Amino acid sequence: MRHIISILLENEPGALSRVVGLFSQRNYNIESLTVAPTDDHTLSRLTITTVGDDRKIEQITKHLNKLVDVVKLVDLTEGAHIERELMLIKVKATGSQRDEIKRTADIFRGQIVDVTSTIYSIQLVGTSAKLDSFIAAISGVTILEVARTGVSGVSRGEKVLSV
Amino acid sequence: MELLSGGDMLIRALHDEGVEMIYGYPGGAVLHIYDAIFNQDKVEHILVRHEQAATHAADGYARATGRPGVVLVTSGPGATNAVTGIATAFMDSIPMIVISGQVDSSLIGSDGFQETDMVGISRPIVKHSFMVQNPEDIPTVVKKAFYIATTGRPGPVVIDIPKDVTDPAKKYPYSYPESVKLRSYSVPSKGHTGQIKKAVEILLAAKRPILYTGGGVVQGEGSALLTQLAQKLGYPVTNTLMGLGAYPATDKQFLGMLGMHGTYEANMAMHFSDVVLGIGARFDDRVTNSIAKFCPGAKILHVDIDPASISKTVAADVPIVGSVVSVLEEMLELIKLSETKVDSKALELWWKQIEGWREKDSLKVIPADNDVIKPQQVIQTLYDITNGDAYVSSDVGQHQMFAAQYYHFDKPRRWINSGGLGTMGFGFPAAMGVQLAFPDAVSVCVTGEGSFQMNIQELATCLQYQLPVKIVCLNNQALGMVKQWQDMQYGGRYSHSTYSESLPDFVKLAEAYGHVGVRIEKLSELKQKMTEAFAMKDRLVFIDVLVDPMEHVYPMAIKGGAMKDMILSKTERT
Repeated sequence: MRHIISILLENEPGALSRVVGLFSQRNYNIESLTVAPTDDHTLSRLTITTVGDDRKIEQITKHLNKLVDVVKLVDLTEGAHIERELMLIKVKATGSQRDEIKRTADIFRGQIVDVTSTIYSIQLVGTSAKLDSFIAAISGVTILEVARTGVSGVSRGEKVLSV
Repeated sequence: MELLSGGDMLIRALHDEGVEMIYGYPGGAVLHIYDAIFNQDKVEHILVRHEQAATHAADGYARATGRPGVVLVTSGPGATNAVTGIATAFMDSIPMIVISGQVDSSLIGSDGFQETDMVGISRPIVKHSFMVQNPEDIPTVVKKAFYIATTGRPGPVVIDIPKDVTDPAKKYPYSYPESVKLRSYSVPSKGHTGQIKKAVEILLAAKRPILYTGGGVVQGEGSALLTQLAQKLGYPVTNTLMGLGAYPATDKQFLGMLGMHGTYEANMAMHFSDVVLGIGARFDDRVTNSIAKFCPGAKILHVDIDPASISKTVAADVPIVGSVVSVLEEMLELIKLSETKVDSKALELWWKQIEGWREKDSLKVIPADNDVIKPQQVIQTLYDITNGDAYVSSDVGQHQMFAAQYYHFDKPRRWINSGGLGTMGFGFPAAMGVQLAFPDAVSVCVTGEGSFQMNIQELATCLQYQLPVKIVCLNNQALGMVKQWQDMQYGGRYSHSTYSESLPDFVKLAEAYGHVGVRIEKLSELKQKMTEAFAMKDRLVFIDVLVDPMEHVYPMAIKGGAMKDMILSKTERT
């Protein structure tokens, strides 16, 4: 099963490499990874999506917790949560496809953020599944480039991940 | 406040932390630090002959004393040479601080002379690491490093220090912090009382219980409490390779070591038990054999300070995260209060069954009829002449298993071996560290002619510091354990495991290094010659014992089987 693990990490040199290293060292999988500073400049927030059965995920969270730079973490998929990913996708847009792509982007609430006479660059935000669906929906179109940020997320309601 | 340079600060901080001794080897990037060492007399520095030996010596010191071992090496090759020793300490959860020099801050990343990314290289084998960027940070970093290395599940911590940070020309105010707090690092202390209660009830209701304890009981200073618990309950005890000495081996409740080369009775008792209380042991593959077939009828109660060790390989029915001492104390208290009493009738039957297994005498030594020495007999003799009271450091291979099987450790911290990583070359420098920690104790290194040659250069260190280590070399003229596996699984094709024609004359070699060498070839002279060697209390003696080269270590787990599946001799299996 896919899990989204959010981590508050000391904003120290080498901290990220410890987290990433742990995954490769123990043969865990990283599907996506996002990292950026938070409102507290001493902390970074890192979100990792990974796949594994309960036992594996338990091991992953235990080992992450053991890392001295990891301040706190939560497996967002354990409860109700919001996940978002941003995608910039550059596609060939010529002829009748120009309208078709625009319509599809509208349906997915995407925005065309750059245009040339033959190319659209579309920005799309949503769950990873939604972004996948968009790519599937424009299957006849030539995709030139896809840049996805990876998943970021928070728990729904009162629950917060903070120090 | 006193003004000190970075180099002086480092050594002062070590002293303020209570460090009496460090093991190291100088080089360009640590020259400022070595000058700081020269200018003081509080922290003693031991000059080894290879950085790997510095780490193993510090490791041996740590295992024998319970205090962290401290290592100082230079950048680049000095640091990479230390890597094997750091990994060894990491696998066995040994507290160690490794200070490595680094090139000047301005040169980092430029592929400077003797530059290597030590923090990066050591990352998977340390508990934590630091790169010091400002001299003012040194006291806090040192304090944090010791705190992390010695608390919780202990482990090695690397402190990488660029050369400019220790510049003697630049001085800064020094004060050593009394304590540190890390918001991201907390140490589990007491276990969950509800869980402990649950475990105690299951333990008391057991019909075929066994206590399976590991290195955590030694490291966590839990031996006395474990002994108390076992004797109060009257339950059988088995120790892992790392846990030997945690329970007195000569006690009748002790079944010997378990696992790949464990005794018949220990492995059988594990397999047929209905409750396993694992304490400070990690259900390692060398213990469990096939996980799917592991202890089919047993409830698993698992006490460990490291939550990640629990249910890692074998799912625990009752997991308890906490320090061995606090959990055992609470268990003893709860047993007193519990209304459930030990089922003495069931226990009697259980012991009867165990005694039946014991009768098999799986460690029986069959003497050769032609005065040839069996390796087991060397360990038995060693045990006799040292009254079972020596510090025994071991290398890795057949001799290690023989030492674990035939030297009956009654006290913790007496058995010093590389259990997790299995590092050949560990034993001799470790025995040096032990001898430095306890100058008057008998420090023995049980080794083989293979392992010994991996850190043979330390004979010079022993001369320099007058360390009277006794080296007992079970010389079978081959890499015995490799050869054993080649015998058993590769049709006796000895691919690169023999070298009898090119072995050095160890007696002459010991003499060349200024020590005493003794060669023993016949069983009839074994005891006398060993006694004579051990009587040379102030000399290092290399005792080269020629043993039967065809001997195998038994019992031996049958690969892929359950714990009850063992090969008992060249002709017998379960």
